[in-house]
Amino acid sequence: MRLLPSGSTALLAELDDLDAVLALYAALDADPPAGVVDVVPAARTVLLVIDPARTSLEQVAAAVRATTPRPGTRAAGDAIELPVHYDGADLTELAGLLRLTAAELVHRHTAAEWTVAFCGFAPGFGYLTQPGTGWDVPRRPTPRTAVPPGSVGLAGEFSGVYPRESPGGWQLIGRTDVAVFELDRDPPALLRPGTRVRFVPVGGP
Amino acid sequence: MTRALTVLAPGPLTTVQDRGRPGLAALGVGRSGAADRASAALANRLVGNPPDAAVLEVTLGGLALRAEADLLVVTTGARCPGSPAHVAPVRVRAGDRLRLGLPASGLRSYLGVRGGIDVPPVLGSRSTDVLAGLGPAVVAAGDVLPVGTSTVPLPGVDVAPVADPPAGEVTVRLLPGPRGDWFTSRAWPTLTGAVYTVTSQSNRVGLRLDGPVLDRARTGELPSEGMVRGAVQVPPSGTPVLFLADGPVTGGYPVIGYVEDGDVDRCAQLRPGQALRFRAATG
Repeated sequence: MRLLPSGSTALLAELDDLDAVLALYAALDADPPAGVVDVVPAARTVLLVIDPARTSLEQVAAAVRATTPRPGTRAAGDAIELPVHYDGADLTELAGLLRLTAAELVHRHTAAEWTVAFCGFAPGFGYLTQPGTGWDVPRRPTPRTAVPPGSVGLAGEFSGVYPRESPGGWQLIGRTDVAVFELDRDPPALLRPGTRVRFVPVGGP
Repeated sequence: MTRALTVLAPGPLTTVQDRGRPGLAALGVGRSGAADRASAALANRLVGNPPDAAVLEVTLGGLALRAEADLLVVTTGARCPGSPAHVAPVRVRAGDRLRLGLPASGLRSYLGVRGGIDVPPVLGSRSTDVLAGLGPAVVAAGDVLPVGTSTVPLPGVDVAPVADPPAGEVTVRLLPGPRGDWFTSRAWPTLTGAVYTVTSQSNRVGLRLDGPVLDRARTGELPSEGMVRGAVQVPPSGTPVLFLADGPVTGGYPVIGYVEDGDVDRCAQLRPGQALRFRAATG
């Protein structure tokens, strides 16, 4: 782990891979050092944001170095099932790009569990991964100006569900009726870091 | 008599703001809150509000209000002609009108009212996050903004001696960011030696700056990583972006530096065309 500077109110811990990120995030989220107001996991990093009135970057750096990561946290609990209508605008074209049939692409998307690695881009937008499965999906050359809410997409090694209408460059393969971000739910995001997800085709495989 | 302010005209952009939404960044929800936190906090102190009360953030003046009850109001930040209450709270009577003109310097003014703007909070905050589309809608003509009550004693001061935001060049302290090694060795001296200009493509999300290009030493994509207010990020164009209150939770372009947190509020008062200089902070 490397600790990188991020100004006077934050510290960026850089790790070897996503598993290490999830393990450190799980430990910090369960027992955050005093004065830390936000812990933000990402693909290779965990950002710690402090309240400078309550702690110092030196204290937090020491606390992070002394933290024992909690590996394997992605295995805890039941996976969330997300029913998906696989009728996305890019399904056929993307399948061709990946040298698959549309049915094979859907099968690949539904066969194994995904894990929310981190959130970003928009409130409740989770970046889901299947480490080691080799997804490498090109983004659309021109992003759409309006992707409908509930759209299920792929980009790079990630899959995701658009919480609300927004611009977006991911390849759209389907849609779900499940609201992944609701203000009156606590927590509002369904897909949080570490959450396991299984996509289920509506109407059977 | 309803404690409220009726909006007669919102000006170019008026939003409700408080201290934002800490603690939700892992869900993709940014901090948001007042762009100039110090001015918003001063407004609350001067009218005897708790620090988490909501105020109005007024961009380039233009806000016109009618008081629907007797209220104690104050303005801070950019000094708007027409404000009877700049850094000095005044009592307005039901039916009184308040009209903020275009400030001579600075970008954002804060209108505080004793009791706070009492619109329903969203995820624990009354701040409008323009990037995420969270929080109360942008203030519009005809809105009736409810005003709460406060039990905090009024401060024993009539006027707060604070300087107006400057109209000329502003210098802020710059600390190293996490990705200095993504740039050539000339990039940091360039960034901390040159003058950058705030472009018109600037808002609560951030300041897009114009000036010398910062060259990358590495190509390729950086996996997205977390960032906070004050981050100086360098997109492929090579000219930096300084993130403010509604900046993204994560970003995929390298962050070369961070403006010292205590200086970020002054950046939120910069207007398009104004000059900004970064000085390398020592220690």
